[in-house]
Amino acid sequence: MRSALHEAPLIFTRNLSLRIGNTNVCHALNWQVNPGERWAILGKNGVGKSTLLTTLAGLRRPQHGELNLCGVQIGVSPAPTLSRQAQQQIAKRRGYLAQHHSDPFSSTVLETALIGRHPHLGRWDWESARDRDIAYAALNEVDLAGLADRDVQTLSGGERQRLAIAQLFTQQPQLFLLDEPLTHLDLSHQVAVMELFKQKTQANDCSTHTGLSGLVAVLHDPGFAVRYCDHALLLFGNGEWLAGPARDIITAKNLTRLYGHPLREIVSDNDRWFIPC
Amino acid sequence: MPSRRRAFFVLVLLLALAALSLVISLAAGSIAVTWSDLFTALSGGSPTGEASLAVEIIRGLRLPRALGAFACGGLLALAGALMQILLRNPLADPYVLGISGGAAVGALLAMLLGVALWLINLAAFGGAFAAMLIVFGLAHGDNSWTRTRLLLTGVIVAAGCGAVVALILSIAPESQLRGMLFWLMGDAGQISEPRPALAILALSLLLALPFARELNILARGDVLAQTLGISVTQIKRGIYFLAALATATAVTTAGSIGFIGLIVPHLTRLGLMKLGWGNDQRLLLPAATLAGGSLLLLADTLARTVLAPQQLPVGVLTALIGVPVFLFLLGREKHA
Repeated sequence: MRSALHEAPLIFTRNLSLRIGNTNVCHALNWQVNPGERWAILGKNGVGKSTLLTTLAGLRRPQHGELNLCGVQIGVSPAPTLSRQAQQQIAKRRGYLAQHHSDPFSSTVLETALIGRHPHLGRWDWESARDRDIAYAALNEVDLAGLADRDVQTLSGGERQRLAIAQLFTQQPQLFLLDEPLTHLDLSHQVAVMELFKQKTQANDCSTHTGLSGLVAVLHDPGFAVRYCDHALLLFGNGEWLAGPARDIITAKNLTRLYGHPLREIVSDNDRWFIPC
Repeated sequence: MPSRRRAFFVLVLLLALAALSLVISLAAGSIAVTWSDLFTALSGGSPTGEASLAVEIIRGLRLPRALGAFACGGLLALAGALMQILLRNPLADPYVLGISGGAAVGALLAMLLGVALWLINLAAFGGAFAAMLIVFGLAHGDNSWTRTRLLLTGVIVAAGCGAVVALILSIAPESQLRGMLFWLMGDAGQISEPRPALAILALSLLLALPFARELNILARGDVLAQTLGISVTQIKRGIYFLAALATATAVTTAGSIGFIGLIVPHLTRLGLMKLGWGNDQRLLLPAATLAGGSLLLLADTLARTVLAPQQLPVGVLTALIGVPVFLFLLGREKHA
């Protein structure tokens, strides 16, 4: 029974339809994300990639179809809000990295990373030494260990983005949902961050769940998508979608249609890169 | 880094400060009191001979006023801290945003109708609630435009309330004027019964504290809070209600006292950050409450002694301190 649960898909959709305003994000999406899989979502600006991701995160309701997130059934709009129990079950198992992070108040980097422990703490608990160790380890992974006592309001854009990633690691989710995780990062940190996420889905290094982790990331560079993700979901903006193994789906032909701009594929040392013509 | 031990240390220190402020305010005044008078008055013993006058003054006049001022300062600081989180804006304050003005309008309308005292208090609460509904409905969010819009909305609401108050004052019968003027400028001198305010202060703090860690996350955005499993709407409603209750209680007890809700949470936050202890609502809410109470208590003591026998309304004094601090913060915002 236990093992069955951990083999179960992290995300499962059947006939999922989603609209925002006049945009048809996806129509009748039949899709699933299994533990150990890394998915890239590609598409033009404004086709609803972020909307789909927030829906998959359980933060908004789909219009039609079935969505199961980490074992919790998310009802279609206008469904009643999830029970507290379901909310907490989801909060422990899926992490969501938003595109924007706001810090209206001063706070330390360590405190901000520790926020990720919230779902794992009881109402009266304070962060324990173990929670602090988890946060320090996460800061270390994203190269921010030396800045633990800094005020978040003084961080640069790239540092703030890495702090958000550290917060996500501190949460120790089994499913990572990332909205443009490479925003503001320089090239070396882009590679370092994607390598980190790859590690997290390949090995199980946390105690809160026993299965492998999964990842869904909205990316803009198809080269990064084929290099770090094994699957891809393309959104064409008219409700049409295409999902499957990255090497079959991410091709110059599909990308040319996806972005409405001709692209060329370049292969070097087994890495495939796509450049606009 | 927040920890229980540090929080305990800070709170003990602030409790000592509050006790010291109380002793100062009981001892200061035109009639000198001795340590033994203070002790007799507070321990409930019966005084003898000469001491009885001093004890009477402490028990009958200074103690209710001091406790009332402390409660109001604490309530305003707590309300300010909660509003700042709800609006994700460090400039939020019950007075600046017109919430105190709303309470004053409610109370004055009730007084004009000549209703019972408890109805006046209820009307003040209704006024505070309505003003908050307007301000929060029009201005939430955290980008620079909503911050400007928030302050504009607050200023407009406050101005509107000021106009309504002026209107009521000009048509009110002469006999009611004195009581009404009290609502315009905060004055702790009228407090004869501080217990309801103290009780509501303790209740609000006790209700807010269990949710303090959630507030830490709400301060960073609704989406993040929702992601981490927090029932955003319910908690926001609860905090909104507590902030309105605290403001209305403070206003019905001592009139519209300005800027405590702005300065105190801000300085507390600044102090804790400077110590490297971060910005944690579990510590900040009780710390700001104690600091706000002590500050208003000291300000009121100053207000009644500095030009003795003339007594100044404490609201005048807090405004004189608050306006430059507010302008300074606004200037800093521009550079941030």
